Amino acid sequence: MDEMRYETPTSVNAAVKLLAGEKGLAKVLAGGTDLLVQMRGETVVPNLIVDIKKIADMKAIKKEKGGFRVGAAVSGAELGEHPELSKMWPGVVEATELIGSTQVQGRATMTGNLCNASPGADSVPALIAAGALAAIAGPNGKREVPVEQIPVSPGKTSLAKGEFVTSLFLPKRPKKSGDAYLRFIPRTEMDIAVVGCGISLTLDKAGTVLAARVALGAVAPTALLVDAAANAIIGTKLEDAALDALAAACSAACRPIDDKRGTKEFRIQIAGVLARRVALIARARALKK
Amino acid sequence: MSRHHISTTINGDSAEFLCDTDESLLDCIRNELHMTGTKEGCGTGDCGACSVLLDGRLVCSCLVLGVEAAGKKIDTIEGMAQGDKLHPLQRNFLEHAALQCGICTPGFLIAARALLEKNPNPTETEVRFWLAGNLCRCTGYDKIVRAVMATAAELRG
Ligand SMILES: Cc1cc2nc3c(=O)[nH]c(=O)nc-3n(C[C@H](O)[C@H](O)[C@H](O)COP(=O)(O)OP(=O)(O)OC[C@H]3O[C@@H](n4cnc5c(N)ncnc54)[C@H](O)[C@@H]3O)c2cc1C
Ligand code: FES
Ligand code: FES
Repeated sequence: MDEMRYETPTSVNAAVKLLAGEKGLAKVLAGGTDLLVQMRGETVVPNLIVDIKKIADMKAIKKEKGGFRVGAAVSGAELGEHPELSKMWPGVVEATELIGSTQVQGRATMTGNLCNASPGADSVPALIAAGALAAIAGPNGKREVPVEQIPVSPGKTSLAKGEFVTSLFLPKRPKKSGDAYLRFIPRTEMDIAVVGCGISLTLDKAGTVLAARVALGAVAPTALLVDAAANAIIGTKLEDAALDALAAACSAACRPIDDKRGTKEFRIQIAGVLARRVALIARARALKK
Repeated sequence: MSRHHISTTINGDSAEFLCDTDESLLDCIRNELHMTGTKEGCGTGDCGACSVLLDGRLVCSCLVLGVEAAGKKIDTIEGMAQGDKLHPLQRNFLEHAALQCGICTPGFLIAARALLEKNPNPTETEVRFWLAGNLCRCTGYDKIVRAVMATAAELRG
């Protein structure tokens, strides 16, 4: 067997060089809470592990253009300890804080959650709803894409050979904006979402929804951005009829599987139920701003 | 296979060990450093028996690579008692009969100490959520939670 190598580059360029130059399987290591489990189960046996935590800015949360840039190695615990970001994007933070236990929070990153490309990843619907962008570095330079373009199927991303995500950008919020995330799990802690729903919205002075983004997790091979669901509430005050239309649009968008956690029918119904609740929480948060 | 030579700090003392790339920090602590207080329950992040502090942050050592420990500070259960003097959490676990087989206990103690350092006055709900990643198969959680609450009260004085 070839030797498994471990590298700790201190610059983005050095990391790209290592990832691009590896002939075998190269894996980025952030918090390792997915990667180490996969390595132990031997579903993933890398030839090269590139630990990105020694690269400047990977652990930084910085203000940018009125929003926040979150380094790819910022853990859930560090994210939750940032008061300003938590105030601006409470839904993104609450979704990320649902990942695992206190111990897992000490290591797990949003970027790792995104790049692991599990359909049930908790932070991903919230990030999609937030309109977050992923900054990518690679052999051909830098690019930035909406986060929903990163996962393409369970376990697969759109990142090309040598590319990795350096940070996630959470944009500035207009006044009267709020976001929220809820998931359904059979227990109260430490489980994988049967359905997850993230919604971000902005209200006008009268409380009418001006703009909205609705995303669902665990109901299709990747998290879904559901435009029809957003359109169902834009221009409304989230009256019962609007919430019914939101729920129906969410249910209609689901392409779920049956598994031990829930049947297709159950997932389809719960997607609508969650969306109603999430929209009301997001609105309550928007009204306070 | 050439092994990595890792220099690190454990419970305030410098320590060195050799490890393979894919060896977990848990295996390094137990098998290379022969500090067997930190336990393995699952090896996949689910049980918390392997809890340690890594640069002050509570983590599962089974989900950290040994090579990542280079230049870091690690705190394990071996650093909790001061000589013969038990930490108040350890004493209260005994007084409240918060352990039976003891496999989960080092993990609970490390996690509970991290909680009390961050939040000296937790509610019972906060204690239960903080410790949700620590599984115990024999004692039952009530006694453990009571021992933690009693310690919090004692430390607040
Ligand atoms: C006990 C336990 C409970 C869990 N509970 C949940 C849960 O409730 N909800 C949930 O969504 N997840 C859960 N997870 C899964 C996991 O913790 C999350 O997916 C976490 O966010 C992964 O982040 P990480 O930094 O640890 O990723 P890593 O393990 O470091 O990486 C994950 C994958 O992404 C790749 N990667 C990482 N960073 C980058 C990057 N910057 N650029 C390109 N590729 C990258 C890695 O190569 C790897 O393939 C749980 C895991 C455990 C062990
Ligand atoms: S052994 Fe690490 S969490 Fe179970
Ligand atoms: S005392 Fe045996 S597992 Fe907790």
